Order: sequence, then structure tokens, then C-alpha cells
Amino acid sequence: MSRARTAGFHVTGSALAVLFLLPMLWTLYSSVNSRRAADGEPGWGLDNYERLADYGSGLGTYLVNTLVVAVVAVAVTVVATTLGGYALARLRFPGHNLLFIVTLAILMVPYTTILVPLYILLGWIGLQDSLIGLGLVLAMFQLPFGLFMMRSSFEALPRELEEAALIDGCTPGSALWRVLLRGVLPGVVTVGLFSFLAAWNEFVAPLIFLTDGAKFTLPVALFNLQSGSLGSVDFEALQAGVVTSALPCVVVFLLLQRHYVRGFTSGALKG
Amino acid sequence: MATLTRARPRTPTPVAPPDRRRRATIAGARRRLGILYASPMALLVVVLFVIPLVLMVWMSFNHWPLLGASAPNGVENYSALQDPLFLRAIGFTLKYTAVTTVVLGLVAFGLALLVQEARPGVGAYRTALFLPSVVGLASTSLLFYGLFNTEASPLNGLVDFLGLGPVDWLGSTDNALASTVGMITWRFAGFYMLILMTGLQSIDPVLYEAARADGANRWQILWRVTLPLLRPTLALTMVLSLTGSLLAFDQFFILTGGRHETATVVISVYREAFLSQDLGRAAAVSVAILAVLIVVNGAQLRLLRRGR
Repeated sequence: MSRARTAGFHVTGSALAVLFLLPMLWTLYSSVNSRRAADGEPGWGLDNYERLADYGSGLGTYLVNTLVVAVVAVAVTVVATTLGGYALARLRFPGHNLLFIVTLAILMVPYTTILVPLYILLGWIGLQDSLIGLGLVLAMFQLPFGLFMMRSSFEALPRELEEAALIDGCTPGSALWRVLLRGVLPGVVTVGLFSFLAAWNEFVAPLIFLTDGAKFTLPVALFNLQSGSLGSVDFEALQAGVVTSALPCVVVFLLLQRHYVRGFTSGALKG
Repeated sequence: MATLTRARPRTPTPVAPPDRRRRATIAGARRRLGILYASPMALLVVVLFVIPLVLMVWMSFNHWPLLGASAPNGVENYSALQDPLFLRAIGFTLKYTAVTTVVLGLVAFGLALLVQEARPGVGAYRTALFLPSVVGLASTSLLFYGLFNTEASPLNGLVDFLGLGPVDWLGSTDNALASTVGMITWRFAGFYMLILMTGLQSIDPVLYEAARADGANRWQILWRVTLPLLRPTLALTMVLSLTGSLLAFDQFFILTGGRHETATVVISVYREAFLSQDLGRAAAVSVAILAVLIVVNGAQLRLLRRGR
């Protein structure tokens, strides 16, 4: 590699990196910089965040709602696909092929199209306008990726590991808990991470399923802030909201980057 | 029973008859355990996926108001497919899908070529390029709504600097389309870059060396070696990009609210269901979208298989 080419690579690379980071830096900058910041005087301050905190049912409520949905989605996805992945990888049972195919079919069905019947169905089972119901639906959409990931995680473990556990007196059930879970933990983290990002950021499903303003998740509340009919849009509070919504994702991603990339290299995306 | 035949030589076998009985009970226990462990997932799939799918088809043949009783009405709901507004939404969605898939594909491929090689500093670039992809699409749209509408935003500053006068970024169909494609490219380029990069890295470097030894230049290597071998990955990114764009909702719902004839197909489903409060017609449109996407995805998956 010649020196000129290396220099060219770094110039192009850093120019593109700046270009991609610029919109995020701008929103961060405008969220703490306001015409109305610092007692009505233009300048720096957390004024935008204070107005955001008081918006509607309160930023705290929206954050808690979003967190509840994300936790339900992550917990259900992880538990269902870990047990299901183990069952499909190691335990033969009647209908295992059918279950695998039907679960993967979720990928083939564009999810926005089944939101309308889901809206009716959630009403029938008493989960209309419910954060739990929303979390369950978002978990369902994560099942194909999660199942693929967990099934291949279990298949990648050496069979001897399970056999050794069985010889040592474990049942297939306790072998899963005591021995195998440790081996598939990276897969579990990947599935949880994908599920968290999807649930935290979801917009159209909560827009349709939630009607009570006090139950809105952050993206829906911010959309209301933007499209609010009363007077002009508070652009600065809106950018404070964008930062609040994006920050957890950026932090979680930077911490767990390695596990995120595994989702791509494992072939789970290829289905 | 592959499990047991493989396990047989390794399990200690003191006496034959009790062992066979033991093995049979183990197989039975495994079957029961398999059903038990698979049941949470099966329950979710049946209740939240299979039943809604059937319900969707049933609803499409019923007059089904948002509130109130429903009644069968044959294929009447399917007249929604001839609604001029819906036809216009199809046109716009196809146009958006074509532009996005091409622009996004080219940008992502360029980025993937840039960052595929492991060398000092490349990790930081990959992270920076990928970072927009972890921000939610709704948040991204709200962020760009601010960029497009704030006078003092760097975007308007740049236009001013170039002396192009104020631009109404979302003020017409073409402007809104271009602005949205730009935003979507920013948001998704890193995501597709990562997929394409994984594909590029799985190509055996020996093939490049052989091509170079045969006197191929860089351009020839790209066309004759890289692209053909990358076909499965390219097909995958096509499937994801086409499906994602055909179902576009968040970006236009937030940026334009469907104004200036930028309503997408999914926005018309939403309007049909929750503004016109006619769930039956919304279901009919959904059934049609589903049918089209299954055909599109089926064709593309065949392409994907052939490339393997």
C-alpha cells in the first residue's frame, strides 16, 4: 500500500465520517442552544429539556412507557427464542419443521399489513391500548431473527458438552440451564440487543395500538409534539426529544458493538 | 432420531435390554421437553401471527367499521384498490422505491469497498458510518424535519453560502422525494454497508491474486470477480431495501404527512383504517400488498438461491 493511497483513504474516510456524524452533532448542539434558553435570553442552557420534560404527560412518563415496551419485548423474545432455539436444535418433537417454517414466514409478511387485524385481535384478548400487548407484538416480529440466531448458537455448541452433562446426571432440561446457556450467551445478547433497538424505536405499531395519551411511547409523543396543532412547532424542544430518544440506542450500541456485528456475520439475516 | 444414533457409541452401555428401555424413555422425555420448550414461541406465532393473518383475509370480505358491528359484504372492500388516491400512492411508492434502492445501493457499496480492508483506523470509520443506523427512523425523521425547517440549520447555511437562495426542502413532490431519499441514505447506508462488507470479506483473496496474476485491472476485477461472487449478498440487500421502501411509512408520515402527493401505500392503509375508520377496506388493501410482496420476495429469493 503506497503512502499516497493510505493518505487518500484517511482523507475520504474522515470526510465521510464527519458527514455522517454532522446531523447528530447538529441536533445535540441545537438541543442545548436556544433562543429561549437562559431566562429568555438566547444562549446555552437546558431550557429546551425543561420544556420537553413538561410536555404532555411528561417526558418521564413517556420514557417509562417506552422502557416497559422494550423490556417486555426483549424478555419475551429472549425467553421464547432461547427455549425454542434449543428445542429446534436439539430436541426432536412432532411439528418442529412446521413451527420453524411458520416462524420464518413472519419475515415474508410485511408487518405493517397485519397491524390492522392485530388491532382488533388485541381488543378481543383485552390488550387494546396496552403497553404489554404492544411489547408482545414487537416480540413476535423479532422471532424469526431470534430463532435463527439461537438455533444456530445451540447447533454450534459441541454435542459432547451436552452429553457430558447428561452423563453427569443432568436431564436435558437441567443441561440447558446449567451448561448450555453459558455457551449461547453471546447469541442471547445479540438477540436482546436487536430486540431492544427495534422496540425502543418503533413508531407505527404504538401509533396504531395506543390511544390514551398517558400511555404513548417516546417516538409517538415526539411526533405529537411536532405535529401539535397548537401554534408553532417548538423545534428546539423537539431536538431535545430526538437526543433523548437516540442517546440510549447510541450508548447501548457502542457498548455492545461486537454483539451487534455478530447479527450480520452469523448468517441469521440471510434467513 | 439422529441424536440417539450418534450418541450411542459414546454412552456407557452396561446391559442391553435396560439400556434400550432407558433410551426409549429418554426419547420420550426429549419429545415432551421439546414440545414444552417450543410452546411459548408457538403460542406467540399462532396468536399474534397466524390468527391475525386469517382475520385479515376475513375482515377484507366484511364491512368492518372502526366502531360498531361488522357484516359480510363480499368483495366490495376491494374497490379500494381502484381508488384514484390509492393508485397515486402506488405510483409514488414505486418511484420512491426505485430511487432509494439505486441511490442507497450505490452509496452503501462504495462505503463497503472503502472500509472492507482491515487497516489502522478503519474501525472508527465503520462505527461512524454505521452510527445513524441505530437511531430510530421516527427520530431520524424528526431530526431532519428540524434540519429542513430551521432557518439556521447547516443545510440552509450551505445553500445560502452557495447562493442558491432558500430551498423549500419538503415543499413539492420532487423536493420531498429528494430530501427523503437523502435522509434515508444517511440513515441506512451504514447498515447496508455492513451487510455488503461481510459479503466482500467472505470472498477468497486467492481469487483476486489469481485475477491480478492473469493481468486483470481493478475495473475488470470488480466486474468479473467481485460482483458475480457478491450476488447472494447483493440480492439480500435488494430484498431488504425493496421491502423496506415499498412499506415506507414513518419518513413520509412525519416529514410531509403525505402532503404534496407523497402518500405511500402504507399511509393510505393507515388513512383508510383510522381516518375513514373503515377497517374492512384497510384489510383488503393489506391483503393485496401482502400478495404482491410475497411474489416480489419469492422471485428475489429464487435469485438469491441461484447465486449460491
